[in-house]
Amino acid sequence: MTSIAAISSPARRRKLVGAGRRQWIGLLYVAPAVALVVVFFIIPLCMTAWMSLHNWPLMGAHSFIGLDNYWAILRDTRFWNALKFTGYYTVVVTIAIFVVAFPLALFIERPRPLTGFYRTSFFMPAVIGFASASLLWSWLLNVDSGLFSPAAFELGLTEKKVNLLATFQPAFWSIIAMVVWKVAGFTMIILMTGLQSIPPDLQEAAMIDGAGPLARFRAITLPLMRRTLALALILSVAGSVLAFDQFYIILRGGPRNQTLTAVYWIFNQSFVSFKLGYGAALSMVLLVILVALSLIQLRLLRQPEGVD
Amino acid sequence: MAQARSRKRRIGMQIAEHATGIVASLLFLAPIVWTVLSAFKPAQESRQPPLPPWPTTGFSVENYATLNTFGDGLWLPAQNSIYVSVMTVVLSVIVSVLAGYGFSRFRFPLKNLLFVLILSTIMIPFQSILTPIFLVLTKIGLHNTLTGLVCVYVTLQLPFSIFMMRNAFDAVPREIEEAARMDGANNVTMLLRVMLPLVWPGIVTIALFAFLGAWNEFLAALVLMTDQSKFTLPIMMTALQSGRFGAIDWGAVQAGVTVMMVPCLVLFLLLQRFYIRGLMAGAVK
Repeated sequence: MTSIAAISSPARRRKLVGAGRRQWIGLLYVAPAVALVVVFFIIPLCMTAWMSLHNWPLMGAHSFIGLDNYWAILRDTRFWNALKFTGYYTVVVTIAIFVVAFPLALFIERPRPLTGFYRTSFFMPAVIGFASASLLWSWLLNVDSGLFSPAAFELGLTEKKVNLLATFQPAFWSIIAMVVWKVAGFTMIILMTGLQSIPPDLQEAAMIDGAGPLARFRAITLPLMRRTLALALILSVAGSVLAFDQFYIILRGGPRNQTLTAVYWIFNQSFVSFKLGYGAALSMVLLVILVALSLIQLRLLRQPEGVD
Repeated sequence: MAQARSRKRRIGMQIAEHATGIVASLLFLAPIVWTVLSAFKPAQESRQPPLPPWPTTGFSVENYATLNTFGDGLWLPAQNSIYVSVMTVVLSVIVSVLAGYGFSRFRFPLKNLLFVLILSTIMIPFQSILTPIFLVLTKIGLHNTLTGLVCVYVTLQLPFSIFMMRNAFDAVPREIEEAARMDGANNVTMLLRVMLPLVWPGIVTIALFAFLGAWNEFLAALVLMTDQSKFTLPIMMTALQSGRFGAIDWGAVQAGVTVMMVPCLVLFLLLQRFYIRGLMAGAVK
């Protein structure tokens, strides 16, 4: 650019002005995208903050009430319970996903016959939606017409057909099983990209030095994959904190409202009780938690990764 | 001797590995296969536990016929889902190709700010801004319309697809453009004739993600589409599964789940490498 600017013959300058105008056209190209993001994201985001300071029923006038909604949240034990449950679910499901996805990634990363078939099979549940997967499993988990309890009964494992969705523990672990089934393939692919970015000669050198598979995994694979691990972690944590579909479709928040997640509680407050202002305040709390989590995890991502 | 033994051990290892692989594959495929097969049982048999999964008293499409009798039938929500998904694909491709080209090839004021603004929306969960989206749609007269839902879905796709398209355009060497400009191509012909053929793999990737995103989305459709005639498949099926149309017919649920799953699976199997490419691009950057 500087070399062009240095030559200042009139012809050049005219061309530069033309080029300058051509550059402005770029704004036109990005305008539709910016308009959509502003109308359907930025404005609603600002409105959430604004609404959270109001008593805002679905019908009728809304009134400014300052921070009252936020004070109400402090006393809203059911929201805190929902948040606690969401945190518990996030930790458990993220560990479960990694425990399944990491071995799968190691398994498909090595080329051998049928690898393509294995990879595709593991990944298939990831492309169907959470709603489809939840509907599917709500059938499999049904006590009368489903698969699991009748099969366990037929095999003589249980004395009668057990309703898996009637009590907290079996219901919770059923959801964990379903989510791991659906998401593990996705996490596996992310982890695989990390594994493939490790130079193979590094592993070979370690092998020649006599490092066993476990030592190699700890000294080479894990440290070199930190960025990929952090990314897989971000995606899994963010997805789990926002979990809704499976708890709504399979459990309806039950048994006894024990599986209400944060998003589910916000949904109930906003679109069942129509307390839009209060729902907005709850949303702000969730939003702050999520952005904080992402920022912490992004810091993890930023750290340099030894070899690049 | 020792060599033969180690070879035997290697073969043993390989058999064990493939056995593990096949068992694991079956575990992941089983629920899908189980549903697709069970959906073809006669209604009577569908009420029983699916043991075995395949129809034993004759092959039937009764479940699909039953599914069609609930609410507005199967075809209307399917049509809604198809419309929403196809429109989301078309619009998000157009908008992101334009924006990707703009961000890649032009220098204009606020460029970096706008790019970061669009990308950073990925950090904010859309679940937390659904109420105001509802109010905005009401304000502009798109309340309870499929078009309104499309606008929301396109916006949700933009951070990923604009990022993808900008990278795709960045990868095109500038010499190609300069040569075309010498031949007198203006901006529009440049984009359509010269650039598009070079970035089409990126377009397929973002189209695939847009389709799957829109086809599978649940919460926004549940909140924004209050009229039963506007239900997409996931909403209609959840209504059916919750017993809104009377006793729950699990055969109809299996049929509905099959209808919801099959397009995703077929598209994925056909376009697998584009999907993986998209994931990789997201993971590496």
